[in-house]
Amino acid sequence: MSTTVTEDQIEQLVIESLQTFGADADEISREATFEALDIDSLDLAELSQIVHEQYGVELKGSDVADVKTVDDAIKLIAERV
Amino acid sequence: MGQILSTRVRPQGASSRAEPVLVTGVGAVTPLGVGARALHERWSAGMVGIRDGEGSCADFDPRDFLTAKEARRADRFTQLAIAACAEALADAGWEEESGGGLPYPPERIGCVLGTGIGGIGTLVEGQEALRDRGPEGVSPLAIPLMMSNAGAAALSMRHGLRGPSFAVSTACASGANALGCALRMLQAGEVDAVVAGGSEAGLMPLARAAFGALDALSPSGVSRPFDALRDGFVMGEGAAVLVLERAGEAHGRGARALGTLKGFGASSDAHHLTAPLADGAGQAAAMTAAMDDAGVDAQEIDYVNAHGTSTPLNDRAETHAIKLALGERAGEIPVSSTKSAIGHLLGAAGAVEAVATLLALRDRIAPPTLGLVQAEDELDLDYVPGAARPLQVEAGRPALALSNSFGFGGHNAVLCLEAA
Repeated sequence: MSTTVTEDQIEQLVIESLQTFGADADEISREATFEALDIDSLDLAELSQIVHEQYGVELKGSDVADVKTVDDAIKLIAERV
Repeated sequence: MGQILSTRVRPQGASSRAEPVLVTGVGAVTPLGVGARALHERWSAGMVGIRDGEGSCADFDPRDFLTAKEARRADRFTQLAIAACAEALADAGWEEESGGGLPYPPERIGCVLGTGIGGIGTLVEGQEALRDRGPEGVSPLAIPLMMSNAGAAALSMRHGLRGPSFAVSTACASGANALGCALRMLQAGEVDAVVAGGSEAGLMPLARAAFGALDALSPSGVSRPFDALRDGFVMGEGAAVLVLERAGEAHGRGARALGTLKGFGASSDAHHLTAPLADGAGQAAAMTAAMDDAGVDAQEIDYVNAHGTSTPLNDRAETHAIKLALGERAGEIPVSSTKSAIGHLLGAAGAVEAVATLLALRDRIAPPTLGLVQAEDELDLDYVPGAARPLQVEAGRPALALSNSFGFGGHNAVLCLEAA
């Protein structure tokens, strides 16, 4: 992981994105599942795009297929950055 | 051989043989406001929803109908359709949102939504993102929002309608074609009910420039159908949705009917990409087909809701068409244009005007052609200039009307509607 990007920053980006997608801010936590937040494959495609634009890393559909929770997503991004 | 029979025998169309198809609910979002009643009451009162040369749905706030997530997942044309559909389903007494469930098995309810262009706003945003940020800036939502069937898909998903659902696209006849298609699906027994209508949201520079380049848009920004000074159409946006059910099933569930979709007729000019046949023959063929389908004569028609775009070509050809199709009756009945009050809603127009026609028939009003001061020479029908009038209907029978819709490409679609 690059020294310039912290996990906190990634968390903030993910949470802001989820809110933009329409997830309820009160429901968002690292343990929350995307299913409970009503975040679907189209939202994850958008998230991948945002992450690519922000950090220059590519997350393919197969990468995010196993992502079930907010924490899973943050950790996956942190590994790639 | 004996005497040759010269009397034309009227063909009996599908609609005159089949069980009637009732309209049990209507909804609309138009430049005259949110709601079918706003459209009917304000147009009848002579109000015009056109501002600065366009008919925008300024009163419509998507947040009244959609969550933030739903709004992001819907182009404006879909948002307008969702609002119109919610009103129509509530009007029909389909209270699925209160947990009462749909009145028919979900797989027996169809959904047909007409649109001329589809999600052009989304298309433009996608193009701008591509230009400014490259391929990686284009949203994964671009295609699912811009596709012409996005509106039908959204209604199907939102209300759990699992029968056939699809878009119909015949430019400015789309809304009428969608209703005609729904009528046939019900007559064929393919489904028990159809949620059908039209939607359009094209008020943006690309559409303005493109229609402007065709000399179709009014440079003066005034919609005045049939007037000698008319100079093109005024673009509008909006949606309308109708709930259609066969009479037997509708009565069985105790539904109240607003009226009957009594017949449908369609034809093609096979002539020109934008110009109608000057003599109105193609348009007249669709009007005649709609009357034949309904099993009615010209003498029974009480009102014509004209396509009446306020373009020089349409209003002239349509006047010829009405005379061709209705003969002497053409000069005896009121003919008026909803577009004089709200502009041209393109793919939504046919559905919006079907709603306006049904409510006018119900209240026995001939709504006005607003902005019409001096009709062009030879445009000599009774266009109801300036103010609404009571509709004259022969005692003992419900009011009957034709609603005309004609699209670029030479698509002509006409509905025959009867008050309940």
